[in-house]
Amino acid sequence: MPSDARRDTYRPLVELTLARLREFVREPEALFWTFLFPIIMSVAMAIAFPASAGQTVRVGVSPGAETAAVRQTLAGARDIVVREIPEDDQLRALRDGEVHLIVAVGSPPIYRFDPMREESRLARLVVDEALKRAAGRTEPWQAKEDLIEIPGSRYVDWLIPGIISLGIMNNSLWSIGFMTVQARLRKLLKRLAASPMRRHDFLLAPVIARLAFLGPEVAVPLVFAWIAFSMPIRGGAISIGLVAISGALMFGSLGLLMGSRARTFEAASGLMNLMSVPMWVLSGVFFSASNFPDAVQPFIQVLPLTALVDAMRRVVLEGAVLTSLWTELAVIGTWTIVPFAIALKIFKWR
Amino acid sequence: MELAVRCQNLQKRYGDVVAVDGLSFDVRRGECYGLLGPNGAGKTTTIEILEGLLAPDGGEVEVLGCRWKVDERQLRQRLGVQLQETQFTDKLTVEETLRLFRSFYHDGKTIEELLALVELEGKRRSWVVKLSGGQKQRLSIACALAGDPDLLFLDEPTTGLDPQSRRQLWNILTRFREAGGTVLLTTHYMDEAETLCDRVAIVDHGRLIAEDAPKGLIASLGAPKVVVHQGTLEDVFMSMTGRHLREE
Repeated sequence: MPSDARRDTYRPLVELTLARLREFVREPEALFWTFLFPIIMSVAMAIAFPASAGQTVRVGVSPGAETAAVRQTLAGARDIVVREIPEDDQLRALRDGEVHLIVAVGSPPIYRFDPMREESRLARLVVDEALKRAAGRTEPWQAKEDLIEIPGSRYVDWLIPGIISLGIMNNSLWSIGFMTVQARLRKLLKRLAASPMRRHDFLLAPVIARLAFLGPEVAVPLVFAWIAFSMPIRGGAISIGLVAISGALMFGSLGLLMGSRARTFEAASGLMNLMSVPMWVLSGVFFSASNFPDAVQPFIQVLPLTALVDAMRRVVLEGAVLTSLWTELAVIGTWTIVPFAIALKIFKWR
Repeated sequence: MELAVRCQNLQKRYGDVVAVDGLSFDVRRGECYGLLGPNGAGKTTTIEILEGLLAPDGGEVEVLGCRWKVDERQLRQRLGVQLQETQFTDKLTVEETLRLFRSFYHDGKTIEELLALVELEGKRRSWVVKLSGGQKQRLSIACALAGDPDLLFLDEPTTGLDPQSRRQLWNILTRFREAGGTVLLTTHYMDEAETLCDRVAIVDHGRLIAEDAPKGLIASLGAPKVVVHQGTLEDVFMSMTGRHLREE
């Protein structure tokens, strides 16, 4: 019967996938980290980015009577926190980010700060304005401020889809890479290669098994952000789900490639770090990728994590439809198919 | 006579080391053939070439009348393989492991039949990690038998097992033979070769030194020098190579 024949055809893939799922759920630590990591990350975010925070700048001033007037002026100004820091400790405090700027009292005063740090440049402007106004400067005019604090355009809203994408990358890459190396070390790969198992079934199974846990992995931090930060979720569940699935398939396929020849866990983790750590920085998870020079933008835009982060942000925050994401999805598709094909080709079964 | 395995002038080198040096032998359908030799004699390399896991540097191999390059897909359906040191997934049960391996074969035994064959019915829901060495080895044999193979390859099937487990494994193989199956095994246990094998090839340094039925090999030693001591394959090997079979 044709239906029986079809069942037979898919049976090995089904059994291999079930084996991976069983292996995973019977490993309590793996389960624990998969679901706890996004929650810990989200809580950390909640602490670092309170829902309605005016950004304050921290300014260090030497203690003592001669600096009291300046300290008082700054303490009275909006968005400034003053810390008393002895002179011999001031450079350390600046370096550690304890304060953004040091004010040395004098006439005129000296601002000590690192211009490479954005917070320090901001602190310079705020402090300068407060001190000059106290010294009697009059403003030619006062602009009206229109403060944007609408959910959906804050830093935290921008951050959450990035964190979710990062989680998808890490879980796919490491779980699949390590399981592959483990099966090789235990000579299980060789035994499977001696059976009539179709090799692409073996490589496909862990990638499919990964999808089973993707739902909670993505939903937990999304719901958390929705409750804790009232982050809007503008995209539909299906669009978000499809972007997450495509991301998991892509990094699953890359995990296979990283694990395709490694004979030790150390070799595999080296490769996976080599690939993923630069993307933590380059792909715009924590700060915008547009901070990097134009010359490297084409390279950054075709990185797997950049494509996933961009697609995830647009679908979650803007409610973009999948058809408008075709460039990102094309990048993701390429990073799925090509590594899988290479892995299938170079995979070491011994 | 129809051949299960035809192996002609087999060669395999690893760098400067010659692992298999012009080995030729045939295995007939329905017999149990043993490759006997010390560690490092080239037994595992030979059997892995026959299993299609390694490519030979030279020589010709035919398994069940097929060649690996041409007929791999069909051939794998008809072979059972047990390798040295395979560790199945710790946290799968016996039954789940069997179901996985059974799914690779178009035809074959049911899970119930396999469990009964290797006497693991009582352990079907146990995780692999909880099994004893003998039980693990029986599971490995059951996986090899899942597709009802015509030819079974066993690489040192009883190494490290206690006497009772070895006996159990021998019984399984005897039943497989009685059902018409062919077996090619490697071993460095003399008693195992004497009990199981119809014919034995003695291999050393990748070469075939002698080939005969165990009884014939022992008889070729001539009259035992000490009357109370009956000749064994151990004696045969020592007289031919001047070495003990199990020396490293």
